[in-house]
Parts: sequence; structure tokens; C-alpha cells
Amino acid sequence: MQGETEKSDHIVPYGTYVNVWIALMLLLAATIAVAKVEFSKYSVFANLLIASLKAGLVLFFFMHLKYEKWVLKAMLFMVIATLTAVIALFFADVMFR
Amino acid sequence: MENNAADYENSFYQEKGRYNGVLSWLMSTDHKRIGIQYLAAILTFFSIGVMLGLLVRLSLIAPGKILSQNTYNQVFSVHGILMIFLFIIPGVPVAFGNFFLPIMIGARDVAFPRLNRLTWWLYLAGAALVALSLFTSGGPPDTGWTFYAPYSIRAQANITLAVTGVFVLGFSSILTGLNFVTTIHRLRAPGMTWFKLPLFVWTLYATGWVQMLATPVLAITLVFIILGRVFGVGFFDPSRGGDPILYEHLFWTYSHPAVYIMVLPAMGIISEVIPVFARKKIFGYKAVAYSALGIASVGYFVWGHHMFTSGMSDTARIIFSFITFLVAVPSGIKIFNWVATLYKGSIMPNAPLYFALSFIFLFSIGGLTGLIIGSLAPNLHLHGTYFIVAHFHYVMFGGAGFAILTALHYWFPKMFGKMYPEKPAKVGWFILFIGFNLLYFSMFILGYRGMPRRYFDYPPEYFNLHLISTIGSWILAIGLLVILVNLLRALFRGTQAPSDPWGGKTLEWKIASPPPAENFHEIPEIK
Repeated sequence: MQGETEKSDHIVPYGTYVNVWIALMLLLAATIAVAKVEFSKYSVFANLLIASLKAGLVLFFFMHLKYEKWVLKAMLFMVIATLTAVIALFFADVMFR
Repeated sequence: MENNAADYENSFYQEKGRYNGVLSWLMSTDHKRIGIQYLAAILTFFSIGVMLGLLVRLSLIAPGKILSQNTYNQVFSVHGILMIFLFIIPGVPVAFGNFFLPIMIGARDVAFPRLNRLTWWLYLAGAALVALSLFTSGGPPDTGWTFYAPYSIRAQANITLAVTGVFVLGFSSILTGLNFVTTIHRLRAPGMTWFKLPLFVWTLYATGWVQMLATPVLAITLVFIILGRVFGVGFFDPSRGGDPILYEHLFWTYSHPAVYIMVLPAMGIISEVIPVFARKKIFGYKAVAYSALGIASVGYFVWGHHMFTSGMSDTARIIFSFITFLVAVPSGIKIFNWVATLYKGSIMPNAPLYFALSFIFLFSIGGLTGLIIGSLAPNLHLHGTYFIVAHFHYVMFGGAGFAILTALHYWFPKMFGKMYPEKPAKVGWFILFIGFNLLYFSMFILGYRGMPRRYFDYPPEYFNLHLISTIGSWILAIGLLVILVNLLRALFRGTQAPSDPWGGKTLEWKIASPPPAENFHEIPEIK
């Protein structure tokens, strides 16, 4: 079948990449800050959230997911949702053991 | 299409590629040749696994007289590793999926034919590593097929090589899943919309996703074992700050979805066979298709029911028990729809239907006993007993195993261009069915009465049931032998098969038996 994820070229302005890079550096700073602050068991959630945001930026802008059709985005969302649910179930054990 | 000898002359068997002899198979990128090779391989490993299983059963009626304690542990471990990782997980997708998926969607091959060939080589490499582990260093693994830590970190047996073999097999599985999902998205014939897809294709699609999402978790878990054994890293070792329950979580995060890698495509086969032999359309096509996706997605999150007695938190146990009950719903939908399809059908009692009906019966017993052990309270009593072994074999062998036999009898004429005699197939089925239930139903009672699994010896009160079970194993083996000899005989002496011996409606029955190299001279248009 045609047309589900047809490719097209996108020229992304340098400014976008610089902005994403700055955002990634800020998130890196947030990771370091979380390590210094005593969040107890919640620091895991904070770190996972920050890591997800970083990965999202890389996927959307550097890997051009932003310009793909909805099918590919939906597939990736499903994979991430699965991973999130798996981690949540792990913590349903570890946090209440 | 007419049955004629020219079909065989123009079939993919006669296709002249760059290579001759064995290389024309090993180097082939034709999905049908790869499927046939996989079929030969999985049936070979199945046969070896059966022989090891018979040896285990024989040892259990005379503990200590046939196998020593250590050898017993090694034999049941290798039986499990062969049956799980080399037979039943790859099973349906690699053999029948490879052969029929492109044909059923009106394509000439899978999306990535060379990647397909790579999966076959990876499978061979993984199998070779597992085989090598049996004869080198500390000898065959004695951990069971689950490689539970921390024992697998400390055991003297050659775990590292066996685990590396399974790691390589995992890559074969991931790439097969990737190939199938891409093929179904990209290579459907014009007009072959999602809801015109054969139900076998739907199940391969759902399975492909599970293969891609779950198998990497096994890969990393096995790497942790290797790191623990080789470099002393203590991921799962409490004496080094590790957590053995983490191993169980990671292992079952793969291995429970793996149950659906085995069973989902098996259900797809049944969904193809039942309507053909009931001479009716499947009842509730969309419900059956969606239930495949439902099983794949909900089934991913039930792994904790293998760990109710592990020391996991009560919260997690309740959650996992609840989700376990949920996954029974889409499985139930399939069972009801198959039965509803049979209702008022014009039944053709051919051999494939016998195997398909036994699938429904045996899988239902496996599924319903799954609900018993999915409940927290009974699980405390039944965990680690023969009840689990019985449940497991009813689902795996009664389910996936019988589905493979169904597929063999259903698609044999298409794959090999030969018909087999019906009577021996039905006799074989009958013997197998009787043997199967004697062998495994006894285990339900043994387990309920408290006989622990994996034990080499037992108190005398369990002897009679063990004896019945072992006699069942001999009857089962005779049934399998009759079936196998019948098919092998047909391979060489069978009469020529017509293109559509059963009156099937899917695309594989519209082309010659066996299929031509390119499947279709022109890509069909689906109306």
C-alpha cells in the first residue's frame, strides 16, 4: 500500500537546531539539579521524565519525526506507552515491597 | 485452477538461482524456501525435544535408575530450552508465516528478503551455540529453560554459551517481527484493506509487534547474566547489592509476551481453518481481528502472575492478577467466535479440522486452568507444582503444538504439492489426543496433590499418577510417529495436490500447488 509514510525532504533552519540544543542543555542541568536535591524515591520519576523529554526532542527534531505521517508517530507513541506501563508495573512492586 | 504436473515444474522448487544444491537453499532470499528450511529445522528440534521429554518421563517412573540427579536436571533443562527457544517461539511465524504471509496479502516476497535470510542464519547460529554449550566447558545447562538468577550466575554448567545462543536467537525473532510488520504495512495488494486481511495475517501482525517490543528485554536480561558470570557484576546477586526478583521481572517481561508470540499465530491458523471446513464465513471477523491486538497489548502486562510467590509486593500481585483476568476476555472472544462459526456450518470432517477442534478443546482447558493459577490464593498452593507443568503444556502443546499440526495438514498440499492419505492422519490424531490427555491431565492431579515440579524423586503415593503420565507419553509419541511417517511418505509418494483441495478462499488457494517462484504472475487486485 502506498502513502502511509511517504518521505519528503525538509530543510530545518539552524535556529531550530540551536534552540533544541539549548533545551537539551537546560534539561541536562535539570538532571544534575535533581541529583543534588533529595527527592527520595521520587527522583526516579523526575529523571525518567527529564530523559523522556530529551529523547522526545531528539526524535522530533533531529530524527525528523515531526515531519512523518501520523502512522509512524502513533507507532512510536505506542512503543513509549508500553515502556512507560512496564516501568510503572516494576515500580508497583519495588515501591510497595 | 487445474491440477497438472506442470505446476511442479514451474514451482519455486525448480527455480534456478545463482547457486546449486544446498547453497541454493541457504543463500535463497525466497520467503517460501526460507519458510521450508525453518519448518525442517523446527520439526527436527521438536523431535529431539520429544525424545528428551520421553527420557524425563521414563526416569520419573524409576527415579535414580535411568538418570542421575544432575543428568535429570540437565535433560529437562535442555528439553525446555530446545522446545521453547528453537521450536515453539519461532514455530508458526518463521515456518508458516514466512511461507504464507506474502502470498496471503498478494505480494511477491516480504519487505526485506535479505533481512529474512539473515534471520535464518541467525537462527542457525543461535542453534549451533546452544548445541555447542551441551558438549563444552561445564556441560549442558541445569537451570531449567528460565535461567533463574542467582543460580544461573553461579552454576558450574556452561550457561554462558547457552545464554549467548538464546541471545542470538532473539535477534532472529526481532528481525522477523520487523520484517512482517513492515510487509503488512507496505506490500498489501491493491484493494487488500486492513479488514480484508486474512485473520492469520492479523495475528502475525500483532505477534510482530510483540516480537519487536518484548524480545529486547530478554536480550538485556541475558547480557546481565553473562556480565554476572564473566565479570562478577551483581545485578541479581543479593550478596553484591543485586535483586533476584529483578531477574524474574525482566525475564517474564519477555517470557510472558513470548507465550503470545507462540499462541497468537496459532490462533490465526485456527481462524483460517475453521471457516474453510465449516463452509462458512468466520463469525465476527472484526472481533476476532481486534481480539488479536487485544491479546497482544494486554498480554504484555501480565508477566507478574509468574511471580506471585517470589516476594513481590502485595500491590503488584493484585494488579497483575487483575490484568491476568482481563487477558482472558479477548481469548474467550476467539473461542466463542470459532464455535459460533461451526454452528450450523456444513462441516467437512477432514484431518486439519480434527487438529483444529482439539486445539479449541485443549487450549480452553489450558486457558481456564490459567485463571485458577492467576488467582492469588490458589496460586500459593499450586505455584511450582505439576499443575503449572500441566497448564503450560495444555497451552503450549495443546495450543501452539496442535496448531502447528493443524497448519501442517492444512497447508501441506500447498507447500509440497502433494496430498496425504486422510485415514492415517486421523488415526495419528486420535492416538496423539489420547496420549496427550493421559500424559498431562495426570499432571494436573499430581500438582493439585502437591507434587513439586523439577523434582527428581517423590514419595510413593505419587507413583500411580506418574506411571499413567509416562504411559501417556509413550502413546503420544506413537501418535506423533504415525502423523510424521504419514506426511513424510506423502512427501515422496503422495498424489499431486490440486491448487485448492479444501475450497479455501484466501489468496494462497488461487495459485498453483506448490506456488511458482514469484507467487503471482500479476499482483492480484482485491475486490
